[in-house]
Amino acid sequence: MELLKNLTQCDAPSGNETTVTELIKNVACEYADEIYTDTLGNLIVHKKGNGKKIMYAAHADEIGIVVTYIDKDGFLRFSDVGGLYTKKLFSRKVRFLNGVIGIIGSEKENDKNSMAKMYIDIGATSAEEAEKMVSVGDMAVFVGEYDKQGDRIISKALDNRCGCYVLLEALKRVKSDNDLYFCFTSQEEVGLRGARTCAYEIDADYAIAVDVTDVGDTPKCDKNACKLGEGAAIKVMDYSVICSREVREKLVSLAKENDVKYQMEVMTEGGTDAGVMLISRDGVLTGGISIPTRYIHSPCEMIDKKDLENCITLAVLFAENA
Amino acid sequence: MLIEKTKKLTEINGVSGDEGAVREYIKSQISEYADQVFTDTMGNIIALKKGNSEKKVMLSAHMDEVGFIVSGITEKGYIEFKSVGGIDTRVIISKKVTIGKKRVKGIIGMKAIHLQKRAERESVPQLKELYIDIGASSKDEALKHVSLGDYIAFETTAEILGSDTLKAKAIDDRAGCAILMELMKKPVVYDTYFCFTTQEEVGLRGARICAHRIEPDIALVVESTTCSDVYGYEEHEYVTNMGGGAVVTFMDRTTIVENSFRKWLYDSAKNNSIPVQYKRTTAGGNDCGRIHLAKGGVRAASVSVPCRYLHSPCGLASITDINAVYKLAEMFLDKICEVI
Amino acid sequence: MKDLLEKLSNMRGISGFEYRINGEIAELFKPYCDEVSIDTLGNVIAVKRCGKENAKKVLIEAHIDEIGLLVSGIEENGFISFVNVGGVDPRTLPSAEVVIHGKKDIKGVIGAKPPHLQSAGEESKSAKLCDMVIDTGLSAREVEENISIGDSITLPQSFGELLGSKYSGKSIDDRAGVAVLAEVLKSLKKFNIDVDVYAVSAVREEVGGYGAMTASYAINPDIAVAIDVCHGVTPDNSYSAYELGCGCVVTCGPNIHPKIFERLMETAKKYNIKTEIDVDGGNTGTDAWVMQVVRSGIPTGLLSIPLKYMHTSVETADLSDIKATADLLTFFIQGLDDEMEDWLCL
Repeated sequence: MELLKNLTQCDAPSGNETTVTELIKNVACEYADEIYTDTLGNLIVHKKGNGKKIMYAAHADEIGIVVTYIDKDGFLRFSDVGGLYTKKLFSRKVRFLNGVIGIIGSEKENDKNSMAKMYIDIGATSAEEAEKMVSVGDMAVFVGEYDKQGDRIISKALDNRCGCYVLLEALKRVKSDNDLYFCFTSQEEVGLRGARTCAYEIDADYAIAVDVTDVGDTPKCDKNACKLGEGAAIKVMDYSVICSREVREKLVSLAKENDVKYQMEVMTEGGTDAGVMLISRDGVLTGGISIPTRYIHSPCEMIDKKDLENCITLAVLFAENA
Repeated sequence: MLIEKTKKLTEINGVSGDEGAVREYIKSQISEYADQVFTDTMGNIIALKKGNSEKKVMLSAHMDEVGFIVSGITEKGYIEFKSVGGIDTRVIISKKVTIGKKRVKGIIGMKAIHLQKRAERESVPQLKELYIDIGASSKDEALKHVSLGDYIAFETTAEILGSDTLKAKAIDDRAGCAILMELMKKPVVYDTYFCFTTQEEVGLRGARICAHRIEPDIALVVESTTCSDVYGYEEHEYVTNMGGGAVVTFMDRTTIVENSFRKWLYDSAKNNSIPVQYKRTTAGGNDCGRIHLAKGGVRAASVSVPCRYLHSPCGLASITDINAVYKLAEMFLDKICEVI
Repeated sequence: MKDLLEKLSNMRGISGFEYRINGEIAELFKPYCDEVSIDTLGNVIAVKRCGKENAKKVLIEAHIDEIGLLVSGIEENGFISFVNVGGVDPRTLPSAEVVIHGKKDIKGVIGAKPPHLQSAGEESKSAKLCDMVIDTGLSAREVEENISIGDSITLPQSFGELLGSKYSGKSIDDRAGVAVLAEVLKSLKKFNIDVDVYAVSAVREEVGGYGAMTASYAINPDIAVAIDVCHGVTPDNSYSAYELGCGCVVTCGPNIHPKIFERLMETAKKYNIKTEIDVDGGNTGTDAWVMQVVRSGIPTGLLSIPLKYMHTSVETADLSDIKATADLLTFFIQGLDDEMEDWLCL
């Protein structure tokens, strides 16, 4: 699991995916026939074959913040990169891509948790000092270390580095004549952007998004049938997509036949790359394999190792049997 | 020339979906500088200026402005209307407008303050409660001048206030159109497509199909953007400063501009003494959002003129800033080899 | 035509689950066209060719999907949780009868708390979707055996005849449009036409217009006309609404190619077809909006049929409006020829 740890601890907010895609490239190169990066920063790992063209997408980016203003006392103002819960930002620690650490603070009167009334403190005492450390337009991510406790894994950016991990492991294990594209997509968190152009270029027969999904197994939380540790989640729908019947049913039957533990996923909030892959060009048969995850978009997201293993198996099975 | 052209352009009406008058004017002015001028099905002008054909460069500015559209006529001859693009209802009450190709004059009416209840005075009326008075006394009379579906634009005279401030409607984005028109007079390095796009204000629609058609290697959007460096705002809320120079966007709701491209724009401007500033918010969006996602993806950025009171009957912009955006776009075309 | 509408209205296929009905719809079109196919997303594409080489392509489109519900969880004792697919009004749900399309079709009701058990003031608050469950009356074991998370749920309501030529039912939005497509292809048999007609019964309109997007991408037509419904006037609303029986509602605005609008209006005048004009300042919320910007742009028109109580199981339309829409579209297509580029020129 050292690989997963390294993946989560890369700092790669949307539009700045290079740190993580470089790591992925180094791992993937010995298993791939072709690796390239496109205009939007998607990393495409191609394993050639003569069969069906299958595109797997796991987004490489994570949520973060971007500096919009530096005031005379050296405090930074910022905007969100991807969906942040503004209620939960206060006193969080962020790390800029150059390593500078900051703490999110808030003006006293901020009942609505408006981001415009929050700031980041990097310890600078003047604009000049702050500008030596960061610039307007620089991005930072949440600090959240990697911990393992029993089967549970806790870290920042498990959304969606655990998806990247699934793809990498599937790439290592798969034996198939199908034409496989493992895509580590950019800018998912800001609107499924990388997968859109990537899917256009690849023009696949099948597409599978591998991403995290919400669960409903914590005290008094929103209703959701998915649970941690109960298997790979086969996507039925989320806010961005209703999956193709062909892919959904194929995944279910593969899981059943091969004793892969699975559960069905119905999510009404949150989208995935599946949403844009489905509607690429004249349409692509699209589904999703999801990793059940608690506390998504927090610095301490939690997954279960067993689910991860089931997701890898299912991804491999689909690649070999589609 | 640039400022005169901007003034002239702002006084033409071109609400989203009804850019015809702006299009005709621009076409009449650019044909001698273009190798090819094409109008597509949504009314976008795509003007090609040939250079080295190895690469394709796209420049775009949108022709359309926010406004209204006639949706009904009452028995007494008042005009009912809907908005086209995002307009704050508070800025339109008791403003002058012109309707349709014949530019029939009208005013946006509401009952006098004396007749309003206290609660009414404190609340904002809904758009559907407002109406336009063209002076007609019956539906029949109104129908002689106005038809359902006619577009409505603000009536504003473009003027220079003081020495450096342009007051006009539709600076967003006729300033960009004027800049593109001027740039067309110069030779280009690569095949360069100057696109005057439609329907930006209703969802970034025209530029999207232009980019799909052209498949450029690189694109620069020349726009106008929010500026709230005014009374009542704190400095970190200004977004941009009027007079602070050309605005480079690093991220908005539709695009994260690729780092090397936007840093090149910003740093080259600094190195060439062109006043430049970042857009200091991630709110809003523009055609760049659609262009960079066309087909397999396009390297794209935007530079903008800061404009106070955007999407209202009268915006203000600095002549210095308009010139700075021109300079920056010119530099982009001249030094394109450094960034393509 | 009433029979066709009734048949279409009674079909059950929510967005993303149109595979339940698209085969049947394809059969409906077979007698009236040269070829029918079902594409990747499930769109039914019926083509009527004019026989000329390189003929211009006209796409006419209506959506076959309906709004509905989807099983999201199976609770203790076999109660079924659900989410909405498309814009369902939760206020119409308490005490509604539903059909769950599991291994077999299973009837159920959405539970409602009886007045006796409600606390004061509760009756004036509208119910939330996440608080409702479906009761099938089956044992937990029978539910487990037959129903899975992800099964689609529809809200059936038998087709009803009201006074005059008005009919009520579920999914008239937009199966009335599908009836128009069939009627147009049927009527065109009587004419020699100069264009190839692609009648697209599209999927997934209610969740984003995705079927129309991919079908128009594949077909890449010279013109596209969407047929959908618009609001009918009711005692509680007349804003942006049209009286039932007013004829075909023709839209203009940024979404619509102005020359197509003009030509539709001229055609209506020439053939004495009743019309009303709908003005829309931006997103029409129909497939016309997505088709207009497909590829390098498709000149797009929009015809609508007035419909009362949209997105309920008692949607009500007037057959005369559906006929007027079919007539207008038929004559419009019949008047088209190869010289499209000229009159479409802006």
